[in-house]
Amino acid sequence: MSVTETASEWQKAAYIAGQAADARVNVELEAEGMTLNIGPQHPATHGTLRIVVRLDGEQVLWADPVPGYMHRGYEKLCEVRKYPQITTLVNRIDWLGSFANEVPFILAAEELMGIEAPPRAQYIRTIFFEMARLANITLFLGDMGVQLGALTPVFYAFRDREHVLNMIESATGGRFHPNYDRVGGLKDDLPKGWVAECKEVMHRIRTFCDQMDDLLVGNEVFQTRTRGIGVIPAAVAQDYGLTGANLRASGVDHDLRRDDPNIAMAWKHADFKVWTHPDGDSFARYWVRLQETREATKIIEQLLDGLPAGPIMTKVPRIIKVPEGEAYVQTENPLGIMGYYVVSKGDLGPFRVKIRTPSFNNISIAPWVLRGVYVPDVITILASLYFILGDIDR
Amino acid sequence: MGFYDQYLKGLGVTLKTLTTKAVTVQYPHEKEAPTTRARGVIAMLEENCTVCMLCVRECPDWCIYIEGHNDLAPPRREGGKPRKANVLDRFDIDYGLCMYCGICVEVCPFDALFWSPEFEYSEVNIADLLHDKERLGDWVQTVPEAPALEAGAEAKKGAK
Amino acid sequence: MTHVLAFEYFPLLTAIKIIVIMAVIPLGSLVFVYVFLFKMMSHMQSRLGPMEAGPHGALQPVVEAIKFLQKEDIFPERADRLVFGLAPFVVLVSTFLLYAVVPAGPRLVVEDLDTGIFFAMAISSVSVIGVLMAGWASANKYALIGGLRAAGQLIAYELPLILAVVGVVIQAGTLSLQGIVHAQADGSMFGVSVIGNPYVFTQIIGFVIFLIAAQAELTQTPFDMPVAESELVAGYMTEYTGFRFLFFFIGEFGTAFAFAALASTLFLGGWYIPGVHGTMADVLGPVALAGKIMALGFLIFWVRFTYPRLREDQLQKFAWKFLIPLSLLNIVGTAILKVVR
Repeated sequence: MSVTETASEWQKAAYIAGQAADARVNVELEAEGMTLNIGPQHPATHGTLRIVVRLDGEQVLWADPVPGYMHRGYEKLCEVRKYPQITTLVNRIDWLGSFANEVPFILAAEELMGIEAPPRAQYIRTIFFEMARLANITLFLGDMGVQLGALTPVFYAFRDREHVLNMIESATGGRFHPNYDRVGGLKDDLPKGWVAECKEVMHRIRTFCDQMDDLLVGNEVFQTRTRGIGVIPAAVAQDYGLTGANLRASGVDHDLRRDDPNIAMAWKHADFKVWTHPDGDSFARYWVRLQETREATKIIEQLLDGLPAGPIMTKVPRIIKVPEGEAYVQTENPLGIMGYYVVSKGDLGPFRVKIRTPSFNNISIAPWVLRGVYVPDVITILASLYFILGDIDR
Repeated sequence: MGFYDQYLKGLGVTLKTLTTKAVTVQYPHEKEAPTTRARGVIAMLEENCTVCMLCVRECPDWCIYIEGHNDLAPPRREGGKPRKANVLDRFDIDYGLCMYCGICVEVCPFDALFWSPEFEYSEVNIADLLHDKERLGDWVQTVPEAPALEAGAEAKKGAK
Repeated sequence: MTHVLAFEYFPLLTAIKIIVIMAVIPLGSLVFVYVFLFKMMSHMQSRLGPMEAGPHGALQPVVEAIKFLQKEDIFPERADRLVFGLAPFVVLVSTFLLYAVVPAGPRLVVEDLDTGIFFAMAISSVSVIGVLMAGWASANKYALIGGLRAAGQLIAYELPLILAVVGVVIQAGTLSLQGIVHAQADGSMFGVSVIGNPYVFTQIIGFVIFLIAAQAELTQTPFDMPVAESELVAGYMTEYTGFRFLFFFIGEFGTAFAFAALASTLFLGGWYIPGVHGTMADVLGPVALAGKIMALGFLIFWVRFTYPRLREDQLQKFAWKFLIPLSLLNIVGTAILKVVR
């Protein structure tokens, strides 16, 4: 019995549509060249992204990213969860910088409830947000080396990222999925000695950045491989909705941490520089992220010094009910702008959640930027665009 | 950027690392102590449980199974009426499903659930990951004291 | 030494030679795998590497080899079975024969050909055929790209490799590897003959070119595009499993070992130790050679674990526009100096 015999009408339609979509990318077109299927299982796709490239020799004629192999339906799952439960789910969207996923959602819920976390909670939130950025971007800094064939940097990245994770764990209890944010504040205060230890870790991360400078950025081979590869002009980057370091590497000076003063976070109390690079190539994207990591350590140190005393939780009812309304909050996450559009009908859980994830937009530029490059550059460009599969498919 | 920056600096980094001590911890032979707040395994103190089912309802992936029944307990005072009491028959946590979010520990109103940093309870068979109340009770002795808080922190009301 | 011995010893002698070759290359590659791939790489990445099998994981390469032997030998459905099955052997044969001409002592040489270095260079190119066969017969696009890349790269770097050797040959005046060692041992550097005349000093350009080209021949980073694991999964080895994969693996590290041996013979004086002659040289020669091989292996793998890889076209540019002209200049310079002196 085939699928089509037992299925209802809409199921049939969906099946045919799926087959057609598969056929479109699977078919060997009559044009000259070769179709190479990079992924879904491929060492360079950070998970299960599939990119269908049409090759002429080693030159790419066109490329078509096929996301969706890891779709977990978070937007729908959020609808059947209560507000406190959702933070544990959204931790898993961008799994490397998991804490940063919780923040915009909690901020949206707080906005709907008309409350704001106390200053100490805001400071600690921002510190952990930047810690998530470190945990995320340090791995990128090493992984870019692996994609280009240098094995060593990624081990250094894991080595030093471990300390960041240890710091996150000792305060929140979870290494990867902290689930530390609560509507109205935080779960727990910092344990004793955390601040001093954290400053040491920041020093370590800066040493790691220096090592990456020596190992990769300065290296002639690395520069030949990345300079002028995958150039995205500022106008194109804006057209495709690129955000985060990818946008800044194209020379657009845009960072919500600095540009959005209304957000209830502590960035306004820290003094930091937003780095941009005029080139817009793979090297620029790496370089901007490297500078950003250094900047993040400085932000954390400043906030740790200025940490105000006080409670970490405002007064919230024991059972959280969010009044009717809609709110959209976005923050500058490690990968770019992440936003939650929360619609509430006054229930225990949201009526609808729309999640804007940065990687989905960042990868949408792939067909444009991959046209005409060589196969090795496909890997370079994808690595430098830096996406997390969970962030694309969510 | 000279020749030194372009080619030799990186070699210097790897050579320097070669001479420094490796950071690997050879796991079964030596162990790192997890932090006191680490979410390793949930311990359950059976005396404190009142079968209120809050943890079951709040669990985001519904991995806690509780069964209980009402029973008549002996009266508090001589000659009084027998009290109604909830008796816990079954308290299982399926660690194959658990997301380790800690919501159950937080919502428990009577301090029956705790986090223990123990982590060595992997099983060959996935069904064995279902810990019953005896097994969960055994974890209680591994629960550490809550750590002192950083300067400037306000003590939580009714902190555990 | 063969001409000294009576003709009737020929079968026995041949058997010994075969055993020596068959033992040296796998042993060498095992040592290389353990010392460099497992231990040096791990410590450069601030980890320990294998620690369980034997003291400090010393038996790990053996364990790995046994593991590969146990695995199923899978042929892809559309593969050209004969060619696919044969390819690893072709690569391995080239590796084995490479060592046949490298002397380890004044009398310890498997076959002292008059055209030894010529033979070595020629036989090292045979592996290209094996790689191409593997890439083509796998019926896999990644393997095909990897095979073609490997062919292009190996051919491009064969040239600077040979041209770098030519300088040494001119200076030594012989193609025989044993002759080159003797020339280095007997020579003198600017009138000082204490350590002989290792050509690494006079032929420093040739030495550097030889090492770079060998790095490319061995498909080690920064020239490892044929097996670039982040792009082509494993290049021409993608579809191989079990002992055939093991053969490629032995081929890779065995060739690294053999090239290190060649380079130390050509440029570092081979087995020669200043002041040691006769039978003692036969005893200590292999030790000296092994030490030099390990030093060169360290260099090769040090670069491998540090650098990113180039792109195929950049590599070709580097070979044709930089290395080959430089090595030609080196030859001209050497020739002029040879004639003038």
